[in-house]
Amino acid sequence: MSEETPEVDELGTLPLDAWHRTQGGRMVPFAGYEMPIQYEGIVAEHEWTRTSASLFDVSHMGQLSVSGDGAAHELEKLLPGAIESLKPGKMRYSLLLTEAGGIIDDLMVTNAGPHIALVVNGACKWDDIAHLREHLPDAITLNHYDDQALLALQGPKAGEVLEALVPGTGELTFMNAAFFDWDGVPLWVSRAGYTGEDGFEISVHAAQVEKLADALVADDRVKPAGLGARDSLRLEAGLPLYGHDLDQNIDPVSADLSFALTKKRRELGGYMGHGAVAARLADGGTIRRVGLKIEGRMPAREGALVFAGDTEIGRLTSGGFSPTLGYPIAMAYVAVEHAAEGTTMEIEVRKKRLPATVVPMPFVPHRYYRGK
Amino acid sequence: MARYFTDEHEWIDLEGDLATVGITDYAQEQLGDIVFVELPEVGSNVDKGGEAAVVESVKAASDVYAPITGEVMEANAALEEDPALVNTSPEEEGWFFRMTVGDKTELEGLMDAKAYKAFCDEL
Repeated sequence: MSEETPEVDELGTLPLDAWHRTQGGRMVPFAGYEMPIQYEGIVAEHEWTRTSASLFDVSHMGQLSVSGDGAAHELEKLLPGAIESLKPGKMRYSLLLTEAGGIIDDLMVTNAGPHIALVVNGACKWDDIAHLREHLPDAITLNHYDDQALLALQGPKAGEVLEALVPGTGELTFMNAAFFDWDGVPLWVSRAGYTGEDGFEISVHAAQVEKLADALVADDRVKPAGLGARDSLRLEAGLPLYGHDLDQNIDPVSADLSFALTKKRRELGGYMGHGAVAARLADGGTIRRVGLKIEGRMPAREGALVFAGDTEIGRLTSGGFSPTLGYPIAMAYVAVEHAAEGTTMEIEVRKKRLPATVVPMPFVPHRYYRGK
Repeated sequence: MARYFTDEHEWIDLEGDLATVGITDYAQEQLGDIVFVELPEVGSNVDKGGEAAVVESVKAASDVYAPITGEVMEANAALEEDPALVNTSPEEEGWFFRMTVGDKTELEGLMDAKAYKAFCDEL
């Protein structure tokens, strides 16, 4: 029996490292840190998240802020989304792009009042910081909150759990954020996540994160969950993962992320990569990210090639067995002429061909809380 | 019946000239939830140390090697219906395949239960 182990250089330690080990987390190298991949088991944690609430440590992600006169205006020169019109407490999913329209990172942008908060991918944060510093004017301040931890509480019971602990948080709706005071501990809470479920991301100082994690799992409705379940949940939710489904060779149109390109900004431009993105919007490009349902039970993984007859038409960028659906699912980039819903194709796994069909994403419906 | 273990975490039960092969409890614990097992075809020949099966957990695919050389006589059909048998009963109902024993001297380098336990304790 063998399994590939990724090579890593030096690993950082997250503030909750010891806590994870005490909770029975199995630690693996990820994004430069030792992180819990699972506690009691990926499927159990996945199902718990879909039915109750799970606590994920996402402290590896980069928490940044941009501030100063005209910060939103300057940021709009780097992102295709509308940032200047973002009202206080409102969030938006956006993308950092190269001049050629390639995706440097995907990120969450929030108008946090005194500054604009960014949450970026853990593996990309140092490159993002370098990119932002290089392109933002000197008068704009960029902060990296590397002493802040980030917890994600996700699942249908997340709302009632957090409301019981931090009154007022239940009032937030999806893609809204606010400051809260929890027993003297400042929390920056946003109603968002990456599992497709209702839930929150909670930014808290590293010195207080253990206290908060303990308080959350003290609720019987909450269990800790690891990266394994986070990955299977986000795949079912149809959400792309940077470094797998997105990279600098992929543009937003091919990635099927055109919703992140605000209508007005599509027309007016004024952001890095606009020329390339506009051209891609006009011609539709040659490849498209699609969701695939695979026949049978054998999962297909990242890197598997996709065929229409003898012709190679694409490649999987994420794939696995869906615990919720009970069959394998995948994301792939395929030639646009094969990207329509219902198109059939074959995926090659260990010299076998697995029949697959393009299906709409999300694979499992999102259950975000948009208010009563 | 004698049971042997490999340092790749397969177990092998020897009964006369027939051997039953599976993966150990330690291995299933490391893999986590198993969602699919690809078994060798009956009648195919496998070589000691060569790929004989693939076990897919939620997170990854892992190769299972043949502990000895021989011909596959039977594959465990129950795993097609219920791959999680490998998690719940790895060293009994979750067996992978039965094979002939081509060369008994190949068994000499394998571990017994006590040696295998000591081996796992070191990992």
